[in-house]
Amino acid sequence: MTPPVPRPAPAPPGPMTPEPARVLSTRRESHDTVTLALDAASRRPFQPGQFNMLYAFGAGESAISMSGDPGSPGVAVHTIRAVGAVTEALCRLKRGGVVGVRGPFGMPWPVGEAGGQDLVIIAGGVGLAPLRPVVYHALAHRSDYRRVFLLAGARTPEDLLFRRELERWEAREDLTVLVTVDRAPSGWKGRVGVAPALLDDVDVAPGGAVAFVCGPEVMMRFCVRELGRRGFPDDRIHLSMERNMKCAVGFCGHCQYGPSFLCKDGPVLRYDRIRSLFWRREV
Amino acid sequence: MNEAELLRKHPFTRGLPDALVQRLAPLARRARFPEGAVIFREGGAADALFLVVSGRVALEQHVPGKGALQLENLSGGDLLGLSWLFPGGRWTLDARAVEETEALALDAGALKAQLDADAALGFAVSQHVIQQLYRRLERARLQRLDVYRGEG
Repeated sequence: MTPPVPRPAPAPPGPMTPEPARVLSTRRESHDTVTLALDAASRRPFQPGQFNMLYAFGAGESAISMSGDPGSPGVAVHTIRAVGAVTEALCRLKRGGVVGVRGPFGMPWPVGEAGGQDLVIIAGGVGLAPLRPVVYHALAHRSDYRRVFLLAGARTPEDLLFRRELERWEAREDLTVLVTVDRAPSGWKGRVGVAPALLDDVDVAPGGAVAFVCGPEVMMRFCVRELGRRGFPDDRIHLSMERNMKCAVGFCGHCQYGPSFLCKDGPVLRYDRIRSLFWRREV
Repeated sequence: MNEAELLRKHPFTRGLPDALVQRLAPLARRARFPEGAVIFREGGAADALFLVVSGRVALEQHVPGKGALQLENLSGGDLLGLSWLFPGGRWTLDARAVEETEALALDAGALKAQLDADAALGFAVSQHVIQQLYRRLERARLQRLDVYRGEG
């Protein structure tokens, strides 16, 4: 009798194969934004700034930044604003639902490079989501940094993400949190104005500070200009760029940004390396 | 700190020679506004330039059917109230202290007379006002773009 042919162990899923992940919890952040916590027990840990491709079955796939604590492996937290069919389907998910997950992908925020310096984190709108892991990281490694500033802008008070967490962080002495909204009713006690204007209240020596910026591209252009006026060298400014990501592994070219594929070489890029592209239209 | 010292420390006089600052000092009086106080109202006579020293001021516009909307906040180092520069001299917005606010109020009529009479002072102050207004214009443009609407 011929011995049975040993069956090869199943190959680990490649980077193009979504793996199912169960929704552990959901939290509504605003009228159009939801945070999902996914079971990621079998997944690689992520670094702040990286993203997953989330597959809403029957709708499609979308690149969504990690917004959770990189020091808490086992759970993948994503904050999603409903702006299209896929993100709307993701925002409709309930506890116990299942999504397909690929990742984590992309180059992270250079949190190590910023060590020993002042860290200025500037977030606009849903751009706070990919920067929240930086705050978690900085607080968990607080002695690695000098002063840490979180400047966050949103459209209205109702659109502010992570409000309770922002309030907790505002109460801390080792973190300066400045929040502003573009417009507000008379009773709003917080700031009203654009996020780059918050830099007026940040007194750092630009040569000893690093800035991480994420938000709509126009808002980032204003931030870069304001940082430049304060003497921030271009190589101390890091931006999270956004383009339409599809494969997430640098094959398809949908997210090409000049010589870079944002899924693989980004989304976080140092400003001095993209300066000429950053001001060019329709790249 | 007295009025003259506050004036000297305020960004409004940054780069101005002492002699010019001393000419402005007699025009300045200290003003304190508790949280919620109305500093001026739309339509009122624009009779002062406020140099915000500390605190925060909301510029508001009353919109029928919507109530008062906050358009912008000003804080320490900012200039508040430039409507006196224009003929008619009426405030075009409401200004309200969001938190306890301290300011130096410069009498608009006397300031205008000083600026008209002293070309060096007029030029220096104009430069500062233009720079601050341009920065605020840039920010108003960004606000108007409403960049967070529908972002993904």
